Amino acid sequence: MELTWELVAFLGFAVMTLGSGLMVVTSSNLFHSVLFLMTSLFGVAGLFVLLVAPFLAAIQVLVYIGAIAVLMLFVIMLTRQVMSRPELYNQQMAGALVAAAILFLALLFVLTPLADEIGGDVAQVNAEVIAEADDAPDVDYITVEELGRAFVTRNGFVLPFEVTSILLTAAMIGAIVVAREDEA
Amino acid sequence: MISAELANNLLAVAPEILLTLVALVVILADLYLPAENKRITGYIAGLGLFGIAIATLILVPANQSLVLDNTLDTVEEQLLWGGMIRSDDLARIFRVMVIFTGGLTCLMGMGDRRLNYKAEFYAIIVIATIGASLLSAAADLVMIFIALETVSISLYILSGFIRLPVTPGQEAEQFAMRSAESGLKYFLFGSFTSAFFLYGLTLIYGFSGGHTNIYEIGQAFGAAGTEGFENVVTDTIPLLFALLMVTVGFGFKISAVPFHFWTPDVYEGAPTPVTSYISTVSKAASFAVLVRFMLAVFSPEELLDVATSSYSEWWVQLFAILSVVTMTLGNLLALVQRNIKRLIAYSSIAQAGYTLMGVAAIATTQAGDGAASVAFYMFMYVFTNTLLFAVVILFTNATNSETIADMAGLSRRSPWLALAMTLALLSLAGIPPAAGFVGKFLLFRAAVDSGLTWLAMIGVLNAIVALYYYLVVVKVMYVDRSEDDDVPINIPNPYPLVIGTSAAAVVLLGTFLITPLNSWAEAAGLDLFRLIS
Repeated sequence: MELTWELVAFLGFAVMTLGSGLMVVTSSNLFHSVLFLMTSLFGVAGLFVLLVAPFLAAIQVLVYIGAIAVLMLFVIMLTRQVMSRPELYNQQMAGALVAAAILFLALLFVLTPLADEIGGDVAQVNAEVIAEADDAPDVDYITVEELGRAFVTRNGFVLPFEVTSILLTAAMIGAIVVAREDEA
Repeated sequence: MISAELANNLLAVAPEILLTLVALVVILADLYLPAENKRITGYIAGLGLFGIAIATLILVPANQSLVLDNTLDTVEEQLLWGGMIRSDDLARIFRVMVIFTGGLTCLMGMGDRRLNYKAEFYAIIVIATIGASLLSAAADLVMIFIALETVSISLYILSGFIRLPVTPGQEAEQFAMRSAESGLKYFLFGSFTSAFFLYGLTLIYGFSGGHTNIYEIGQAFGAAGTEGFENVVTDTIPLLFALLMVTVGFGFKISAVPFHFWTPDVYEGAPTPVTSYISTVSKAASFAVLVRFMLAVFSPEELLDVATSSYSEWWVQLFAILSVVTMTLGNLLALVQRNIKRLIAYSSIAQAGYTLMGVAAIATTQAGDGAASVAFYMFMYVFTNTLLFAVVILFTNATNSETIADMAGLSRRSPWLALAMTLALLSLAGIPPAAGFVGKFLLFRAAVDSGLTWLAMIGVLNAIVALYYYLVVVKVMYVDRSEDDDVPINIPNPYPLVIGTSAAAVVLLGTFLITPLNSWAEAAGLDLFRLIS
């Protein structure tokens, strides 16, 4: 197999995703687990970039890492006595293994033929899709750039966008006040 | 040098910018003030909001700005920030109302010792007020939803604000548990109805052919089928469904029957200043957006340039029916209440019912007195309820009780408090010289003028029923005797200011200020009838 930079990047992101994923479930410190989850999700974002889906990658970073993982960190910090897990394994390990194996086989036998059918070269397919879209100019399609501009122009959505940030500030302050114990 | 257009845009959201600054100052001040001076943050928030309310009254341009020259004449000029908000008199009257009442609530919060005088309380009240203020002006589906959520989410937090006390005590723990329960109930009901509301909004967005501005949507619905509006959905069932979904969202916020189930429990459990805020600011801002939304999206035929179809008849009927059910059920259930906060909860449901009468009257009369009566009624109602709750807080602080029977002898323990409470109750009952009389008169007149005489009759009958339970409280305060008759009730700072201001407002709005406020409200009502062409 020829060693291209794409392959190297893919391998890097794959190791990052799977390795951190493994650390998420094996780490005994819950806080570390969440940090590894963030790395794993970042690897997935990298895979999206390789699949020529930059918007999906950006959303992955913003929503999963920026919002959901940070939310988990807040919840862990605000809750008492969940920082460490005394038991890493529970009684359902056999069931989990079977489920994982079935899922893996399903992926192998359903998705691999599908990928072969498409032709395997995703970048090529994407290029064709984009070329087709260019041929049909009356199809409205919004680029990431336009989306970004709409958020910050005066005649766009800047007002609700800014108010949302105020709303989130209030929600965060409120969550901390409601969850934290009063000091004596 | 900034352009005139930018200046107009900035001035239109000046109240919100200033409110954000106040919220930030409160949070920062809390960090740096020594523990014994933290109460100052309450004064910063309260007095800051008073200042902003006055600045809004004078500065923010509309048709009759008191200071500035650059009045915005056409609807297109009033639609700012890409049509997100409309800076008109309706927005201004409701903004002044909610910001001023927000300030009163902050000062009220300083006297409720169960809140522990936390600065976060004032900061979140100020942020909720930002939402309420934007809601009064919102003219776009996106803006309406975000402003509504800013109010709602802040209030979910505030309802559950009372923490378990550091030093154990049975009564204090009970209050904390009830507060947590009310916060959770409010959140569950609220997020559920928000989902309905959002679903309704997306349907309207889709049916209109992809507009988010409510005035453009109204135009599209009116002109459906003509050139440029071919893909607008006009089928009855889907549109009616969307209207009902949206009504669920609004109905929850104004606690109209049958979306009122949360009201008594949340009112009873939440910290009393928060209850006051829910019953005044949140309700007033929701009425503002309700009248604006309905009139713009489902406009009456006469207001549209091109009218192939009109749907205003639907919501007029819908709100007339909601009004009857809401006021009747609210008043009947209020008759049997023992707890003063639950009594006010049912009374506030009934008051929402009266106000819905004005909403139903809007579309059929073009004089603008339907919307004007809603604005006037809400203006006097927010002060009346604030006055009522301020007295309830002092009473609860002194007796650790919220039962009506325990108010016995209040007139001997504190004559001024009893007088203030009586004034508020008379205003709610609609007896002159309190402002409630004028408010009810305007609502009934608007209903009769728009051919809804039967609705006005039911309203009058309801007002008579309501008189009974309001007067029972007055009787308990003045006639009944209690063991503590000679123990005076302490009125700490800044309560003289809160009670004095709102009592003065209730009396003045019922006497000398009727004409100025009514003409302002009528200007606001007329503004509402001008749509884009």
